[in-house]
Amino acid sequence: MTTVAVKPAITKPATMAQALNRAMRDAMAEDPAVHVMGEDVGALGGVFRITDGLAKEFGEDRCTDTPLAEAGILGAAVGMAMYGLRPVVEMQFDAFAYPAFEQLISHVAKMRNRTRGAMPLPITIRVPYGGGIGGVEHHCDSSEAYYVATPGLTVVTPATVEDAYGLLRASIASDDPVIFLEPKRLYWSKADWSPEAPAAVPGIGKALVRRTGTSATLITYGPSLPVCLEAAEAAREEGWDLEVVDLRSLVPFDEETVVASVRRTGRAVVVHESGGFGGPGAEIAARITERCFHHLEAPVLRVTGFDIPYPPPMLEKHHLPGVDRILDTVARLQWEN
Amino acid sequence: MTVQELPGAGASHRSTPPPAWRPRTDAAPLLPDPEPYRVLGTPAADRLDPELMRRCYAELVRGRRYNAQATALTRQGRLAVYPSTVGQEACEIAAAMVLEEQDWLFPSYRDTLAAVARGLDPVEALTLLRGDWHTGYDPRERRIAPLSTPLATQLPHAVGLAHAARLRGDDVVALAMVGDGGTSEGDFHEAMNFAAVWQAPVVFLVQNNGFAISVPLAKQTAAPTLAHKAVGYGMPGRLVDGNDIAAMHEVLSEAVRRARSGGGPTMIEAVTYRIEAHTNADDATRYRGDAEVEAWKAHDPIELLERELTARGLLDEAGIQDAKDAAEAMAAALRDGMNAEPVLDPMDLFAHVYAEQTDRLREQAAMLRAELDAAEHEEGDGS
Ligand SMILES: Cc1ncc(C[n+]2csc(CCOP(=O)(O)OP(=O)(O)O)c2C)c(N)n1
Repeated sequence: MTTVAVKPAITKPATMAQALNRAMRDAMAEDPAVHVMGEDVGALGGVFRITDGLAKEFGEDRCTDTPLAEAGILGAAVGMAMYGLRPVVEMQFDAFAYPAFEQLISHVAKMRNRTRGAMPLPITIRVPYGGGIGGVEHHCDSSEAYYVATPGLTVVTPATVEDAYGLLRASIASDDPVIFLEPKRLYWSKADWSPEAPAAVPGIGKALVRRTGTSATLITYGPSLPVCLEAAEAAREEGWDLEVVDLRSLVPFDEETVVASVRRTGRAVVVHESGGFGGPGAEIAARITERCFHHLEAPVLRVTGFDIPYPPPMLEKHHLPGVDRILDTVARLQWEN
Repeated sequence: MTVQELPGAGASHRSTPPPAWRPRTDAAPLLPDPEPYRVLGTPAADRLDPELMRRCYAELVRGRRYNAQATALTRQGRLAVYPSTVGQEACEIAAAMVLEEQDWLFPSYRDTLAAVARGLDPVEALTLLRGDWHTGYDPRERRIAPLSTPLATQLPHAVGLAHAARLRGDDVVALAMVGDGGTSEGDFHEAMNFAAVWQAPVVFLVQNNGFAISVPLAKQTAAPTLAHKAVGYGMPGRLVDGNDIAAMHEVLSEAVRRARSGGGPTMIEAVTYRIEAHTNADDATRYRGDAEVEAWKAHDPIELLERELTARGLLDEAGIQDAKDAAEAMAAALRDGMNAEPVLDPMDLFAHVYAEQTDRLREQAAMLRAELDAAEHEEGDGS
């Protein structure tokens, strides 16, 4: 066996939080039009420390503590983008982005369209989302269904450290407004990663097969990816060889990767934390049914959060899709009528 | 024991708050005058610039004609809807006149006249209301933001844009317009607060025309005037007669000057009146009486200026006729422009949603293309 000498990139354990921070830092260093803004993003570095050090390095005009007003933050970002800046807005928590929805839906999502392309808005809206951190109410919503239902928005969500960096860079570089959903439960997840020479990742709109398998496909994103990978390992004992697809981008949706996988395996389960009724899984299941009907050995099933307001921390483990619920659902794929 | 004798009630029992709690500014200079500021018909009119006032007059006459023409086009079904600014022309026109080329105007859905006064072609200004494109012009080229239908939402945009321009070192002022009803919206408050905290070069012009559709100001706010609201944010509030174009021009110019020189934002309440109904779809007799409307008609912005200028010998019959002729020419061009059927390509529905077309939209575009082709084919059959 011959060995090829490759100079290894210096990798060290890095968290998703560090990768996100690095992405903003690199984007700001490269392009003076990039401005970070939000509540507590300056001296504090954000309540999750994702913007740590940016104000110090780039000044308060580039990383700005705004007044506490989400519509104002996003509305001001619209005006800044109208003037050629590329604002990166932090919404402190998923449920606190709601006051800004008027701006988001009526202006951010539509400005390109209503000006016949004359005025695109390159705004990145970072939203820490999802549960599993023991947060009190209004701190754990999975709000992706609202965003994906709004034409004009791009909606992405990383599940790995590499993607946190790569997708955030791509979002900031995008000429369209991007909802960048950060699975806050994964902020402290680690990977060997090189902050000095980050590996290139596929851009927005591309799903990735994170684990190949033959028996069925788990389709998931964001905080549920590690859960699905764990479920896939556990399923081996049951004789199931599961494929796991990480969507990475909800809009645009990489239908081809999903369809190709399901056509190979013949069975599919969609997994996400947000409620099932009207959730992204409903759309994905419908698309799979339309495109893979003759390949399917069983109906497309879903494992989702319950259709309830986000529960108190002590009960959230019952609400969130876990390995057991995924395995039970996979077992139901042995369809017989 | 009286209230004064209760422990803790007297000033001497209170500890002095730490310095950070003390108000940072003296509110008095920020407070509006008790009465709306006026120039026409007062001694202040002595210092009017005749040339400027003659321009104002011509613009007012043109603006009134624009309103009449747009309303007529609505009756003919050429415009889907038109929110008239009859009676409010002085506000609309002064707002446009005080801005420099590089400045930005942020109009609300009612403010097409301000956009026209800034130089926008009337047909382009009316595409939204015709039902053609949402925005019939390039906002960057014209430095007029798209007309905003959701109330007050354009105000934070004005703040953001002005802030961005200042960060870039550009000399740009943003003037944002909103109605009295719009001042109750959260976005109004957030924008005012952002502007003051950032000291952004913004001028907020509130046109208090008495009503938000049918709801009178008294049901909108309990503040003494809308201009008082400015004080709480730490910016000057100005109260001005919105039918007095000389006063409007002066107060707006001063606010623009302050913004331009780094003095921060100003909020101006122009007291005016909407003579016509909210839109052609509205029945104003349900919420207000004729006497009120007639009283305001007697305080007409064009007549106020005309009286002043003729009394001072600054305007004669010929001047009045010139203004009318120019207004007629504009109206004729607007009629012609509106009578030309707009040509719309249904396939443009899928353009400009995203920078790059998504697979989903490509698929849907193909579906519509097939439907259009089929329809054309049927027509082609002559059946
Ligand atoms: C957020 C929002 N709520 C409601 C409406 C419906 N609406 C259109 S005009 C209007 C009244 C606006 O009154 P005002 O702000 O005083 O402006 P004016 O019409 O007098 O110019 C209302 C309620 C709207 N356009 N936007």
